Amino acid sequence: MNAPDFPDVTRRGFLAGAGALVVSFTIPVHAQEAANPAPAPAKPLALPGSLADTPLLDAWIRIDADGSITVFTGKAELGQGTKTSLRQIAAEELEIEPAAIRLITADTALTPDEGYTAGSQTIQNSGTAIRYASAQVRQILVAKASEKLGVPVEQLKAQAGKVVGPGGVVVGYGALVAVDFLHVNAAADTWLKAPETYHAIGKPFARVDIPAKVTGGEAFVQDMRLPGMVHARVVRPPSYAAKLTGFNEVAVKAMPGVVAMVHDGDFLAVVARQEFQAVKAMRALAMTATWQEQAALPDQDQIPAFLEKSVAKVGIVTSVGADTMPGARTIEAQFTRAYQMHGSIGPSSAVAIVDNGLTTVWTHTQGVYPDRKAIAQMLDVPPEKVRCIHAEGSGCYGHNGADDAAADAALIAQALPGTPVRVQWMRDQEHLWEPYGPAMLTRTSATLDDKGSIVSWHYDLWSNNHGTRPGSAGSLIAGRLMAKHFAPDPAKLQISPLGNGDRNAIPLYDVPNQRVNWHFVADMPVRVSALRGLGAYCNVFSIESFMDELALAANADRVEYRLRHLNDARARKVIEVAAEKFGWSNDPMPEGRGRGFAFAKYKNHAAYLAIALEADVDRDSGAIAISHVVCAVDCGEAVAPDSIVNQTEGGILQSLSWTLYEAVHFDDTRILSADWSAYPILRFSAVPDSLEVHVVDNPGSPYLGVAEAAQGPTAGAIANAFRHATGKRIHDLPYTRERVKAVLGV
Amino acid sequence: MKLSVNGVPHEVEADPATPLLYVLRNDLKLNGAKFGCGLGQCGACTVMVDGKAVFSCLTPVMLVEGRQIKTVEGLGTLDEPGPMQAAFIEEQAAQCGYCIAGMMMRAQALLEAKPDAGDADIRQALEPNLCRCGTHMRILRAVARARDKMRSTSAASSGTTGRAS
Amino acid sequence: MKRFWMSVAVLVVAFGAGLFAYARKPAIGPVQPPHRSAFDQALIEKGAVLASVGNCTSCHTRPGDRSFAGGLAVPTPFGTIYSTNITPDPETGIGRWSQAAFTRAMREGVDRAGNHLYPAFPYDHFTLVSDKDNGALYAYLMTRQPVNRRPRANELPFPLNVRLVLAGWKLLFFDKGAYRDVASQSAEWNRGAYLVNGLGHCGACHTPRNRLGAEKKGSHLAGGEAEGWAAFALDAGSPAPVPWTHDSLFAYLRQGWHADHGVANGPMGEVTGNLGRLPDADISAMATYVVSRMGEPAPQRVAKAREIRTKLSTDAGAIPIPVSAKAETPTGRGAVIFQAACATCHDGSRPQPFGGLDFHLSSTVNAPSPQNAINTVLFGLPAASGRQSAIMPGFAATLRDDQVTDLLAYLREAFAGQPAWPDAADRLAATRGGKYPVSVRPSDGIERGPANVGAQDK
Ligand code: FES
Ligand code: FES
Repeated sequence: MNAPDFPDVTRRGFLAGAGALVVSFTIPVHAQEAANPAPAPAKPLALPGSLADTPLLDAWIRIDADGSITVFTGKAELGQGTKTSLRQIAAEELEIEPAAIRLITADTALTPDEGYTAGSQTIQNSGTAIRYASAQVRQILVAKASEKLGVPVEQLKAQAGKVVGPGGVVVGYGALVAVDFLHVNAAADTWLKAPETYHAIGKPFARVDIPAKVTGGEAFVQDMRLPGMVHARVVRPPSYAAKLTGFNEVAVKAMPGVVAMVHDGDFLAVVARQEFQAVKAMRALAMTATWQEQAALPDQDQIPAFLEKSVAKVGIVTSVGADTMPGARTIEAQFTRAYQMHGSIGPSSAVAIVDNGLTTVWTHTQGVYPDRKAIAQMLDVPPEKVRCIHAEGSGCYGHNGADDAAADAALIAQALPGTPVRVQWMRDQEHLWEPYGPAMLTRTSATLDDKGSIVSWHYDLWSNNHGTRPGSAGSLIAGRLMAKHFAPDPAKLQISPLGNGDRNAIPLYDVPNQRVNWHFVADMPVRVSALRGLGAYCNVFSIESFMDELALAANADRVEYRLRHLNDARARKVIEVAAEKFGWSNDPMPEGRGRGFAFAKYKNHAAYLAIALEADVDRDSGAIAISHVVCAVDCGEAVAPDSIVNQTEGGILQSLSWTLYEAVHFDDTRILSADWSAYPILRFSAVPDSLEVHVVDNPGSPYLGVAEAAQGPTAGAIANAFRHATGKRIHDLPYTRERVKAVLGV
Repeated sequence: MKLSVNGVPHEVEADPATPLLYVLRNDLKLNGAKFGCGLGQCGACTVMVDGKAVFSCLTPVMLVEGRQIKTVEGLGTLDEPGPMQAAFIEEQAAQCGYCIAGMMMRAQALLEAKPDAGDADIRQALEPNLCRCGTHMRILRAVARARDKMRSTSAASSGTTGRAS
Repeated sequence: MKRFWMSVAVLVVAFGAGLFAYARKPAIGPVQPPHRSAFDQALIEKGAVLASVGNCTSCHTRPGDRSFAGGLAVPTPFGTIYSTNITPDPETGIGRWSQAAFTRAMREGVDRAGNHLYPAFPYDHFTLVSDKDNGALYAYLMTRQPVNRRPRANELPFPLNVRLVLAGWKLLFFDKGAYRDVASQSAEWNRGAYLVNGLGHCGACHTPRNRLGAEKKGSHLAGGEAEGWAAFALDAGSPAPVPWTHDSLFAYLRQGWHADHGVANGPMGEVTGNLGRLPDADISAMATYVVSRMGEPAPQRVAKAREIRTKLSTDAGAIPIPVSAKAETPTGRGAVIFQAACATCHDGSRPQPFGGLDFHLSSTVNAPSPQNAINTVLFGLPAASGRQSAIMPGFAATLRDDQVTDLLAYLREAFAGQPAWPDAADRLAATRGGKYPVSVRPSDGIERGPANVGAQDK
């Protein structure tokens, strides 16, 4: 295939490397089957991580005769540092240095299908698979060396890219390579290295992607420049349901540099030789386009009521013990959360080229395989006629416009076969069209015994589905707008252990009698999808706010009260570490200052995270300043401790921004939050004075995802610090200055 | 049109109204300045013109003809990173990294004008630039580190004070 | 400098006179800081609204700092004054002030200890405030959170740093006494006049001042200046291309912007932000009074406004190119700059308040002084921290001086149909050089609460 040379160091020249001695390489099982989906293959072995879906070792690791090693992951780098940490994992078990590894990330032509890079699961799934695969490959290499050298396996060990044995016998990995020698399924048992022997895992390796990013290297899909590339801009309707009624094609086509205009139903785009020409043509086209709009959005101020009356179905998330228990007292509360944005700093972008009937799309999607499927359906071609290659974009924090921009590029590129087309969304297009994190309503009630301990717990939540990712072509904006008008996939209520709107709806606290219900809202008047943490953000905010109220009712210290209801030793540990490092106390504070604490185990099966912080509330202006933050996190064995800290710091600051400021505004027809002036986010002046993250390492234990773990607890801790500072509680997110002033009065 | 970028003269052919950002990225193939909003609201496109930080997305190229333009590429290279770049690498001050070049250019402009900028000055100077990943703590640390590096370099080469910009 | 020494001379004379007329005022004895329970909640709430009218927080709070803790530098032509701490802190604030001491400060401009206050504290307006309203303000301020902080000392040259000098100033310029209704006017008008001229102290910025810093009698609301900005005339001289009406002024004061006028900029942003707390009736009263001062717009103005409206509705976004806009003229060069740098936002395609205003509607472009246009071009509108607000980048680093003046010439001719401001270059140089200190604030009009760090960055 005619691959343009996108100079990602990990990919450059890879496909053109026909001269290399390819000894083992396999298109992953799922990629081959995708055209003709067969029933899921029986899984005889419970293989760890993503090996369960893609058991062939050579789908993950390739070794060439020159000893060079390539590792494949279906996961994408989204700024979490996984290009580095996955190398560390592979290097550990392969007994080489991480820098020696070539890593290929998400590419439907090359890597395993690992679904989405989402839910903090890269290390958990891909990392685990690569770890086990690497260990098995090492074992195979040692076995091969044993054959070759005639030395028993027990006397050999892998070391620095070679197998070494007694008396100085040495053989390099490259010399052990044979045709298809890794084309075997992973075995059920694997001999993993013991933590005390690690040379790569848990060690401080600098991230491989940062040097390019600070020196102007080609680091992002936005930076791709293919020969002959042209620039496209889309023109979007002014509101979701608007219908195109007219536009001036002739005038726009006559503009300088314009090479094409794409019009398909309500989909409009212009293509020009130079980027600024495309921008000008886009503006001109937008000026001439006329639309018929519909007032179809609910009243922004009445969203909780809207959710309540739109319930399609009620799902039972958990039901344990008795429904009601007599107790000393019952406490109730209601919480809400507004629609909130991903707000990537770089608007979505993609590059596509149609060549010999194959559409190749470079995209910052979180799921190259699902995106390929949806795009293929939209273009009405079989999936193998589309190749999606991940290239980094600006941080996404969930399902932003990436897939839609990829679809735009794919669709526009059909008009110019052989020419690479770069699509770059404008700021307002990203703000207005990305799918938002859904608004939510939660109600909680608990009964305490006479000692103040919780004996029963009821929790109800109202929410949309938080995932509308591709999906079918109807999950793509282009698919919906084009004349075929693909319909969005119907929303279905699904209760799964990972959780969705109900993620973290079950408290980790030990409560003997529990009911948790998801009042499922199918109707989605505002486009929504996965935003970092899904329901966990609002659920943990609600639960942790409520736990504070219960502790107050029980007249207990708020940290002690949490510990009282937790037997999980690791949960207790992060709470204790956070409290201790913060210097948690009940000493009086100056007026207007307060301490807050919160805890959650993300998804109830990923990272444990506890956070303590101090807030300063100015009642007259309504401003809340977060000054001092301490967090403790346990995500199992820490592969790249600094990346864990980096991700957690980022999660805390982002959640701070959501919690204090963010709500998407709309009227009955249009979304109004079109840019950073209408949708403000955290700026430096509001960044805390200090922020510490303590990683509680658990060497040798399974990897638990971390990237989303801070979202809920941060909101809870801010809420609780506010309560402590003022004696009042705000039940609605975000904590805007108007709300603060309203609740505090004068 | 004649442009001087990172000390190198360039001759470009562009509509004079073209935002400098597009000229840098497409005509000169410099990746540092990023498109973030095109509205002067986020700072992803920040570059230096005659030593001052400007939003290149709203700077028509005709206004900077003959002036000194500096982008992140002018701060050093992959092999020989300048003090600002080295500081960002040492602090691992990036998540996605999209905002980072803009942050570095605004910080560079600050430190060239005010080599002894305090931590509060750094915060204040960076206010126009947004980071969605929440890398702020590291960015602040990296800029402070860059300041210290630059100060010790200029102390070492005392007497030969380099011209700002 | 010459002007300064003249001022000094006049003041020295006044000083002598003042000594005779006003001896040092007596101190009013300290009290125990009253407890919250000493005040009725309704009174405190009323005080909150009044404090918003007075814009108290704007001067008595540093951006990002605790409300009312003082310390904000207020540049005046005579030197820099630092606002006082008006939290009820007993040592550094007004915690030991009795109601009588507070009322005396408002009515007479004298602090509890008996010192004369600088008229940067606009007691020439506050003297109109009724005893009842002073009671409410007192209740509100005494129930704020005390902050123990002593603001910096004022930076004033001798003899202005001698407070007794102020006695002379008062003798010359200060009329003491509460507001008295004008019988011939409606109750609403009187309410408006009371708020505008009293606590609202609109004239402090919108009335021109004499060399000794007193508002010129007879030029009430004829346009003045504040913190480096022109405060537009609120009388018949209003530069608004579409004349203000009661309704548009009401909406502007209520929300900080109006589609016919754009967003509040400079220090006015805080004023409108604060007024957000007022009941509609009070804002309406203020609008009624101010619009009455402006009077019926002249027929040409009405016709011009109609013309502008027609233009906007028919060719919105079209960039006007005046006949004189030849490539070699300032207007011509400015037109190119405008198209390249400004039109993206100022083509009227995005609605107010976040889109750029179509300059046909701009008071700034139509104003007699180029100062606000210069300020806005150079410094823009910084983002408010964590709040919705229009944002405009400053072009100080992008545009050279000649480019700024070319642009101004174009704006003036293309949108206001007037010749270039003759003093644009001088004012630009003085502004760039720091001779005219300009406070740069976000447009969202807030009470200085969030740390608008960077807002002062010029
Ligand atoms: S891209 Fe220039 S400020 Fe956002
Ligand atoms: S590092 Fe991603 S936006 Fe700043």
